[in-house]
Amino acid sequence: MSLVERLDPRTRLLAALLFALAEVLVPSLAAQGVGLLLAVIAALVARLPVGATLRRLLSLEGFMLLVLVMLPFTVPGHPLFSLWDVQASEEGLRQAASIAIKANAVAVALFALVGSMEAPVLGRALTRLGVSGRFVHLFLFTTRYLSVLEDEYRRLRLAMRARAFRPTTGPHCWRSIGHLFGMLMVRSLERAERIDAAMRCRGFTGRFPSLDDESQAGPGRLDLGFGAASAAGLALVIAVGVAWT
Amino acid sequence: MDLIRLGQVSHAFESAHPVLDGVDFALRAGEKVALLGANGTGKTTLLHVMVGLIRPRTGSVHAFGRERRAEADFVEVRAKAGLLFQDADDQLFCPTVAEDVAFGPLNLGKSKAEARAIVHDVLGRLGLAALENRVTHKLSGGQKRLVSLAAVLAMDPEALLLDEPTNALDEATRERLLDILAGLPQAMVIVSHDREVVERLATRRVTLRGGKLT
Repeated sequence: MSLVERLDPRTRLLAALLFALAEVLVPSLAAQGVGLLLAVIAALVARLPVGATLRRLLSLEGFMLLVLVMLPFTVPGHPLFSLWDVQASEEGLRQAASIAIKANAVAVALFALVGSMEAPVLGRALTRLGVSGRFVHLFLFTTRYLSVLEDEYRRLRLAMRARAFRPTTGPHCWRSIGHLFGMLMVRSLERAERIDAAMRCRGFTGRFPSLDDESQAGPGRLDLGFGAASAAGLALVIAVGVAWT
Repeated sequence: MDLIRLGQVSHAFESAHPVLDGVDFALRAGEKVALLGANGTGKTTLLHVMVGLIRPRTGSVHAFGRERRAEADFVEVRAKAGLLFQDADDQLFCPTVAEDVAFGPLNLGKSKAEARAIVHDVLGRLGLAALENRVTHKLSGGQKRLVSLAAVLAMDPEALLLDEPTNALDEATRERLLDILAGLPQAMVIVSHDREVVERLATRRVTLRGGKLT
């Protein structure tokens, strides 16, 4: 078990939240770079698998790629170079770099601190941190039923394939895909009604009971140590940010 | 003594096609009634009427000593008549098995310590103690069915309404569930197309056909 996994889930959540806030709000590139370094250190401490983490990051980069490429050419400012007669500005490039660094730093920190947590553990930690019960239950219901809905989607897709359906362009394909998603909605709605019925059958009247012990154990030595280390790291990020602006 | 008594219950989801058309039914203590009928004849609807999940258009529902009309009346009925759903995925919604089994007892006002004791006891009785801390959506289909039965039994019901309990189970799990059901003292209404279930458990059979019970 890595050091991070031995921490109280609440410590991990708080550290991730504070880090994300500091990283996003601090104005200078240098400070954001320090933040990225801290996130990588946290990932090493959490012993994240390198390959899988890079793959997850890659999907994030793909999402941002268009914005990052467009920014230097769309933000007005001091011209740096030109490509096919379009001027790239220094300000735009800085903004693109800043967004890339921030997004990756926050993503890596989240993978390291929260990524390996099971949904029930995360839900319980959120509750004990005072997050609204409704939000937590919405989150837990989503994690519980996502796989059920995915199974239903897969079954429907399989049934379509079994009758020689192939995705092509054309009205037949679009209509069939429309039917597929329509049916998925109908089934989800019916499923929700059945779940509600099942809950009422077991005495549910709108209030969720909890089986957790309310013994509010204080933070352990490990949590205090980790908290001190992260506080020092965040102080460094902020100090660099203040010094460079 | 009648635990549940339906008087001239009629219901239709679409006016042109009534599902139930003047059904009289009574479940007495200690009885195990097999409710038979072809697909789509309203067997599930009838079970849902008994616990107030469906309010019939006409007719009366007497349960556990008095007539039940409003949603508030049925809260007590649902605790005393445990309904086992066809699809266990509908029933198991809590993250872990222990939390799911404890959901009913906690709703009935048991303390956390009592609920924990009940979870322990019920899972132990059904031979499911090893599953206590498992995540519900990662269980196999058979385990889900057995756990959802445990969740119903945890409320200590006086009657059980079982909606196709052995549907889609493998032979071993089916045998295990049958043994468990045969050993339970509760009165039961069993909807099933499984001949062995009916032959082994039922003390009386009724058939739903064309909206009437015979």
